[in-house]
Amino acid sequence: MEDFYREMIIERYKTPHFRGVLDPNDISYEDDNPSCGDHIQVDVRLDENNVVTEALFSGEGCAISQASADLLMESIIGKNLEDLKDLSKEDILENLGIELGPVRLKCALLPLKVLKAGVYGIGESEEIE
Amino acid sequence: MTPNKSTGFDVKKVREDFPILGRDVHPGIPLTYLDSAATSQKPNSVIDAMSAYYRDTNANIHRGIHQLAEEATYAYESARDRIADFINAPSSEELIFTRNTTEAINLVAFSWGRAFLKRGDLVLLSEMEHHSNLVPWQILASQLDLELEFIPVTPEGLLDLDTYSQQLKRGPKLLGITHMSNVLGTINPLKQILRDAKAAGAVTLVDGAQSVPHFSVDIQDFEADFYAFSAHKMCGPTGIGALYGKKEFLEKMPPFLGGGEMIKRVELRSFKTNDLPHKFEAGTPAIAEAVGFGAAVDYLLDLGMEAVETHERSLTGYAIEELSRIPDLHILGPDIEEKGGVVAFYLKDIHAHDVAQILDSKGIAIRAGHHCAQPLHTKFNLPATSRASLYLYNTKEEVDLLVEGIQKVKDIFA
Repeated sequence: MEDFYREMIIERYKTPHFRGVLDPNDISYEDDNPSCGDHIQVDVRLDENNVVTEALFSGEGCAISQASADLLMESIIGKNLEDLKDLSKEDILENLGIELGPVRLKCALLPLKVLKAGVYGIGESEEIE
Repeated sequence: MTPNKSTGFDVKKVREDFPILGRDVHPGIPLTYLDSAATSQKPNSVIDAMSAYYRDTNANIHRGIHQLAEEATYAYESARDRIADFINAPSSEELIFTRNTTEAINLVAFSWGRAFLKRGDLVLLSEMEHHSNLVPWQILASQLDLELEFIPVTPEGLLDLDTYSQQLKRGPKLLGITHMSNVLGTINPLKQILRDAKAAGAVTLVDGAQSVPHFSVDIQDFEADFYAFSAHKMCGPTGIGALYGKKEFLEKMPPFLGGGEMIKRVELRSFKTNDLPHKFEAGTPAIAEAVGFGAAVDYLLDLGMEAVETHERSLTGYAIEELSRIPDLHILGPDIEEKGGVVAFYLKDIHAHDVAQILDSKGIAIRAGHHCAQPLHTKFNLPATSRASLYLYNTKEEVDLLVEGIQKVKDIFA
């Protein structure tokens, strides 16, 4: 567990690169993790081909959820909507580069959950994994 | 820590009663368990009583005529008697076994509430309630169109008793109040609060989940109409709790759950309820758990609740003193005079989850989150706090480890 807080995670938590709000936006969604009070909002702008041009997150939470959100925003720029639907738990863990127990996994996955809910919310009705 | 001279309480010996306290949480890192407000650890006597029950006695109760059934019934009912005695209940028929404090409160809301509350009635709670004493009343309020009102909590973490006096003038039908806050640690002045509520004509229900495990509780001293608590926070097993209810109320209340055991006679279209307390115990109950609950009460009586309280007060005072020295650390709730062994705190710019995770790497178990008291956190504008909670087996050395651990958290985030 000693290496749990890799320097990169702490750095991203303290000085996130993709923190903020986009208004106007094409996708905006927010949600909470009820067990810890973490709150994440994700705002995304798309071009005419449904490719992500800008992505920012806001909200509050632990280092894991915030770093996960920051890394996720970075990773989706240039991807199209269909790519976003394919994002999985493994992508998030790869971003963070650490192993997580079931409780902290929820922190790490909250940003993805919010992003996907936003993506599916714009007209598609497919089930979220 | 050396044994207490006046009470004879020897924490070193007490720790030997709890096998789990001897384990490592990570290789080479022993457990420092500071999460007893969530659930306490269990002594050998409780674990042994439960496994002995399953090995030697197991049978269903109150029905069979055979020897095992007689023994199991005795074990179950004798546990009830000892638990009723433990809180000085006037009689054990007023002590109903439930799953936990939450179910006990739901029982009152469902049974008493539906029968005796009506549209527009006022239910008075407080801002420091656990979700278990909020949500059952919210559910009932939406069904019956009741009004909910809340005694405010002051910035110091105390009930605002001036506002309470004003609220009582509105004639609440029920006051639901915690004896001790699971976040602030505040021990409420129950005697005065209940006396005033009664004078205003309110029925009273007390959430005793955090009080009964930690100091001597005498139901007859403050005359609660209902008092709920859980075994698992007082050295007993999960899956069982108790509701004390005054006989005059319990007798008039309709049943909670229907089924076996709670009936005296059943016809195809009707039934007659059983006597107290069985009227509220439908189905096969948690028998082994009741046996464990009884053993937990025996264990606490053996140590002496005054000795337990003295030990915890001294430890809580020490924890507050030591934690207060840490820069940027803020402790919630009142000073030691009005506080039990719950120390919730937050560190500037560091989320409680991160605090808990890093402390875990040192083997220290604390709780992070809103501790099932989200409205209270909203009031103090905190998304989450860290909470160290102390019990009879904790030591000053463990508090020192906590302080060192928090220093490490601060170093990582520095």
